[in-house]
Amino acid sequence: MAEEEKKSFDENEAASLVKELRGNIKSNKTKSYDWRVSQLESIRKMIVENEKEIAKALYDDLSKPEFEAFISEISNAKSSCELALKELKHWMKPEKAKTSISTFPSSAEIVSEPLGVVLVISTWNFPFLLSVDPVIGAIAAGNAVVLKPSEISPATSSLLVNLFDKYLDKSAVRVVEGAVPETSALLEQKWDKILYTGSSRVGRIVMTAAAKHLTPVILELGGKCPAIVDSNVNLQVATRRIIAGKWQCNNGQACIGVDYVITTKDFAPKLIDALRKELEDCFGRNPMESKDISRIVSLNHFTRLERLLDEDNVSNKIVLGGQRDQNKLRMAPTILLDVPKDSQIMQDEIFGPLLPIITVENVKDSFDAINSKPKPLAAYLFTNDEKLKESFVQNVSAGGMLINDTILHVTVDTLPFGGVEESGMGSYHGKFSFDAFSHKKAVLYRSFNGDASIRYPPYTESKKKLMKALISDGIFGMLLALIGWSKD
Amino acid sequence: MDQIKVEKGMAELKETFSSGKTRSAVWRKTQLRALIELVHENEEEIFKALHQDLGKHPVEAYRDEVGVILKSADYSLSRVEKWMAPKKGHIPLLFFPANGEVMPEPFGVVLIFASWNFPISLALDPLIGAISAGNTVVLKPSDMSPKCSSFLANAIPKYLDPKAIKVVEGGADVCEQLLQQKWDKIFFTGSQRIGRVVMTAAAKHLTPVTLEMGGKSPAILDVTSTSSNMKVVAKRIVGGKWGPCCGQACIGIDYVLVEDEHSSFLIGSLRRIIREFYGENPEESISLSRIGNKNNFDRLSRLIKDPLVAASIVHGGSTDEEKLFIEPTILLNPPLDSEIMTEEIFGPLLPIITLNNIQESIEFMNSRPKPLVIYAFTKDETFKKQILTHTSSGGVVFNDTMVQFICDDLPFGGVGHSGFGRYHGKYSFDTFSHEKAVMHRGFYPEIEPRYPPWNSFKLQFLRLAYSFNYLGLLLLLLGLKKKY
Repeated sequence: MAEEEKKSFDENEAASLVKELRGNIKSNKTKSYDWRVSQLESIRKMIVENEKEIAKALYDDLSKPEFEAFISEISNAKSSCELALKELKHWMKPEKAKTSISTFPSSAEIVSEPLGVVLVISTWNFPFLLSVDPVIGAIAAGNAVVLKPSEISPATSSLLVNLFDKYLDKSAVRVVEGAVPETSALLEQKWDKILYTGSSRVGRIVMTAAAKHLTPVILELGGKCPAIVDSNVNLQVATRRIIAGKWQCNNGQACIGVDYVITTKDFAPKLIDALRKELEDCFGRNPMESKDISRIVSLNHFTRLERLLDEDNVSNKIVLGGQRDQNKLRMAPTILLDVPKDSQIMQDEIFGPLLPIITVENVKDSFDAINSKPKPLAAYLFTNDEKLKESFVQNVSAGGMLINDTILHVTVDTLPFGGVEESGMGSYHGKFSFDAFSHKKAVLYRSFNGDASIRYPPYTESKKKLMKALISDGIFGMLLALIGWSKD
Repeated sequence: MDQIKVEKGMAELKETFSSGKTRSAVWRKTQLRALIELVHENEEEIFKALHQDLGKHPVEAYRDEVGVILKSADYSLSRVEKWMAPKKGHIPLLFFPANGEVMPEPFGVVLIFASWNFPISLALDPLIGAISAGNTVVLKPSDMSPKCSSFLANAIPKYLDPKAIKVVEGGADVCEQLLQQKWDKIFFTGSQRIGRVVMTAAAKHLTPVTLEMGGKSPAILDVTSTSSNMKVVAKRIVGGKWGPCCGQACIGIDYVLVEDEHSSFLIGSLRRIIREFYGENPEESISLSRIGNKNNFDRLSRLIKDPLVAASIVHGGSTDEEKLFIEPTILLNPPLDSEIMTEEIFGPLLPIITLNNIQESIEFMNSRPKPLVIYAFTKDETFKKQILTHTSSGGVVFNDTMVQFICDDLPFGGVGHSGFGRYHGKYSFDTFSHEKAVMHRGFYPEIEPRYPPWNSFKLQFLRLAYSFNYLGLLLLLLGLKKKY
């Protein structure tokens, strides 16, 4: 089955796939609570029964250490599924809305309904989680869904095809493998929603394609996520958390990973020493040999990172690391100090194990540095200064922020996960996933009693007064107007 | 308005936004109060402009525009501070001590496109949302309602902060210039055709958009269950068709679905009410708006020129090009593939489509693009449920028309081709806000197993931690849990 799909998936195939799915959901099967729960339970089973296979695929694609695969992908996907199972009944309930005297008597509610047939385009760095998590949201909201995994993580892509085929309802949930041609064919179709995770460049292409069909989109993009480090911190803990948010996160290849650090000129040497020590504790003296760190995903990305590193006036700023092995696609944790502002490494999202440290005179100056760049998906601050924390939250904009730690905030399902400006639009996780893939239909129930003739023509001056009173002043104003008094 | 002016204006708005002035509750409330003052002090002028542009009677103008804005501004004024406050998010014990919140922040510099049919409310209502959320704004009223556009261009700088809120007048070329800029959000009300243009332009800059468009909003009439209330039903249908800007409203009734055996009864009732509302000679009624512009007039005239469509007219049909007047017109079963039944009518032509059984209305609607609203007149609770669960639309109103527009607690927006995103009430505030997730942690205690080098103890710890199995964790730490 997977072989056939790989043969040729062009626009005609894509069109008939969408047509087929639309036909299949006409019976409202996917709308039912039972169907959604059965699929979510199957996903949970799929994850639990195939942990080893998933970890192996992640290792094949990224040399992702088993433990990292577990913490960052498998367990998050499982929790997401379990939360949806637990909360789905509650999420599906209509929400009561208040009505005012102007529409008395009436009652109102907001009903969540599926959007229909949705497309999830996933990416290569957390290829399992970033495929399954949005699919969980789409299914929880009662949609049919097509998943397009990234071809840059082929082992995971192919595993997803097999697993979905085995565990999920083919009539409503499908995987389409492929690269640019297949993705373009999919994007030509009319979807009811598209969730895309990836680069800003392709995000633009996705939104432009969606615009042809007026399809709403969620774009989970990236950016340069900064970590500001103040001097009044527990340096060891801060350093380890930066390491966790950089090199433990797919070796820096993560949208929410720490891209660069800002600290004061005075504190930088201490920070660098602390990083040196903690990196050795984590990955040993020879990080190139460590099994606890992912490799660079592909030769393309490897050469891209090399180019960033080898730029004039950048290569001489390396204070730690810099080793690389093209054959094994390995690059050591590398720290650079005060590279030029206009260097490529400070313009592009790094997405790799290179950590520039930029120094400022005063830690407060770091806000301007961050705000002069496009808004990132996440921003981090390490400090014990309450005023600085407040100022950071008020004055820096990002998709999300975490103070005194890195990356954890995206595991909290009560917080929305999404970007702003260049880092994206829309959000998901937890109930936000359910909402992301739902249409919130406003429903107003009126009765035939209490029909106010002032609504209808022929319009007169007295009707105008009553109308004013009813809309603006509520019941008292209306009563007053009825007995001839008014504000005018 | 040339490119340089647009860029200069935007630069000023960006600067104002960066200064942080619009972030304060005080600034936002001052602007909202000023807007209320603007409307109060210029009511007569607004009525005059609406009458000149669209022939709207002051009562209709108050009901659909002035009153709506006053209510909306007042609603936001009394709640904006509450809306601005961060919302707490529960953080798992695992991360203790920690707290989390969702903090709304303004996007920055936003662009609002208003439409011509409700040129005041569709400009100022989104503006209320944009201001409440703390953004700086460029408002682009429609050039097809020129008197209202020019009213807004003159009045707004007098009442609102000119460094933060600007009105830009003009036609398609100005729209194009505006769309080339990088906005932090675009809010668009209008047609699907232009909606596509707006979203395509927005995609270049990854600008999030809200598109409020239209569609063919049907009214389903289940005569069997509502026959004793037919007078009110007929009033509400007439009110929901010709009341709002003479049928030129996204939420106006586009067409009616009724059972074949009841069609004459319905037509008779509607004709009676039309006479009651608009007199024997609707052309002379002051309670009926005009067709908004020659383009729309020509388009509507063309719809009924189709001979098969013209043959289905059972009431009305007369037009006056000079006065831009089209009589309230009822048609019975025009061909389903005619333009009047495939395009959004946006005018005073009401097709009545008959079915054998009113239940068929569900399939009828589902085989067509999702409308902005479905109006259903029925007292049959089962049928109501079926409509609710078996159809999709922006919204649904049972047993009335139009009133959902003034419910501040109901989101107003479309789905599918009728649009995406929503506003009104707090939804306006939300639509112009970025919801920033913020989490705070302390440095202690540290979860050691987070860090490499990895071993099976750490894995076991994390397994238990991530399923929030605190007892298991405790046992593990005390050495009492088996490792697998």
